[in-house]
Amino acid sequence: MKPWIERQRHLIDFTAQSLARRKGKSLGLLFVYTLLVFVLASVALYTHALRNEATRVLAGAPEIVLQRLIAGRHDLVPPGYIERIGRIRGVQKIEGRLWGYYYDSVLKANYTFMVPADREIVPGEIVVGPALERTRGLSAGNGISFRAYSGELHTFIVAAVLAHESELVSADLVLMNEADFRRFFAYPDGHYTDIALWVANPLEVRNVGVKLLGTLPDSRPILREEVLRTYASIFDWREGMMLALLSAAILAFGIFAWEKAAGLSAEEKREIGILKAIGWETGDVIAMKFWEGFLVSLFAFLVGYVAAYVHVFHFEFTLFAPVLKGWAVLYPSFALTPQIDGLQVATLFVFTVLPYTAATLVPIWRAATTDPDTVMRS
Amino acid sequence: MPLERPSDRVLAATLLAGVLFAATFADAARQRSAREAALQRTTELVTGLRLSDVVLFTEARYTRHLSQADLHSAFQDHPMALEHFPSGSLLPPPRLLLDHHETLDRKAASPD
Repeated sequence: MKPWIERQRHLIDFTAQSLARRKGKSLGLLFVYTLLVFVLASVALYTHALRNEATRVLAGAPEIVLQRLIAGRHDLVPPGYIERIGRIRGVQKIEGRLWGYYYDSVLKANYTFMVPADREIVPGEIVVGPALERTRGLSAGNGISFRAYSGELHTFIVAAVLAHESELVSADLVLMNEADFRRFFAYPDGHYTDIALWVANPLEVRNVGVKLLGTLPDSRPILREEVLRTYASIFDWREGMMLALLSAAILAFGIFAWEKAAGLSAEEKREIGILKAIGWETGDVIAMKFWEGFLVSLFAFLVGYVAAYVHVFHFEFTLFAPVLKGWAVLYPSFALTPQIDGLQVATLFVFTVLPYTAATLVPIWRAATTDPDTVMRS
Repeated sequence: MPLERPSDRVLAATLLAGVLFAATFADAARQRSAREAALQRTTELVTGLRLSDVVLFTEARYTRHLSQADLHSAFQDHPMALEHFPSGSLLPPPRLLLDHHETLDRKAASPD
């Protein structure tokens, strides 16, 4: 075993020196390679962690949300609907939800106004999400005025700010008392935005959904299972878009790596010829080139991946955040919990390390099996 | 022992990168356990407030409440309107709307 190891070390010595002779080209390749792994790994780690976090926290969402549609548009739920749903077997709890959007022309941002079901808020007071605290400089005890759609100005006192740790779900929320909400939006009494309901037996949720459609044909039930599936597929749809943008970079790298790895330069060919002429065996030449390809790609993979991890989980995906922010003024600032999918990392490894290593070997094998004299003269 | 041979230096650098790679997994496990309680509280907030969506994009209502949107909401500003919010190009429509359901209307044989 020992002589074998010593032999490989000598081969690596030779490879390292040969790479050092072509310093600019080798470092350039390593840099571009690392950058590519960094970009791919950043996107993969971010989407995977976000997907996990979203599905995890939304496991607490209402089992069914029932919307009422008029001409394909979401409309208010009129009085009487809750009573009619109450008669459906299997429904355990029903609550009307009151929420809506408010466009703040000062910040040019959209807020979500909501009446909380789990707490009582004193009339005239509001509880705001952390993004509002940040962008409007609000804190407990401050007053803020919103212009209602009727044109009137309503002033509220901030009673509290929601915890920053839950920003992923609460960044833009403004929680208020029901009477304030109805007055602000001139919401008709007894009407609700939609209905949240819970089913006694989890296996019956789908059946209850079908019954709801039968009882209230103008309604659209949204099951929690579907909400979770929506978030499980988050970014999947147009992850293709990201890949399409990246594909140019991937192709460019492919050409670069192929040119570097597969197209042997005259100098390299001569080097192989000399090595063979001084007594190297074909196996040695191939092993030497294998080490070159493998070490370069392994190093690029490791460094690129570690940089991506730090970027996503310690710097909140800063470099790509502008893409995600779009035109949103209120953007949640949240640190994702690292969730690493082993299979994803393995796939990245296979797709980055193996092709390059293989691409290095094929032309070398061709050059190394030909006669040294021919190689040197060609 | 100083790293005299080039192979030593190359292997040491790769080993260091490997250790850092392994450290990301350890760091991930540490952060996961540190955030567990906060995640739990967030789930409770979702349950308490009856929330159905996460705040990823606040610019358009169909990306703010993604699961509550319908296929028309992205285009309903006016007839022939195009979707124009940047986040709309990053997110898929709700999964529910993309599923193919069995047709509910009866299949009647057309009279000859």
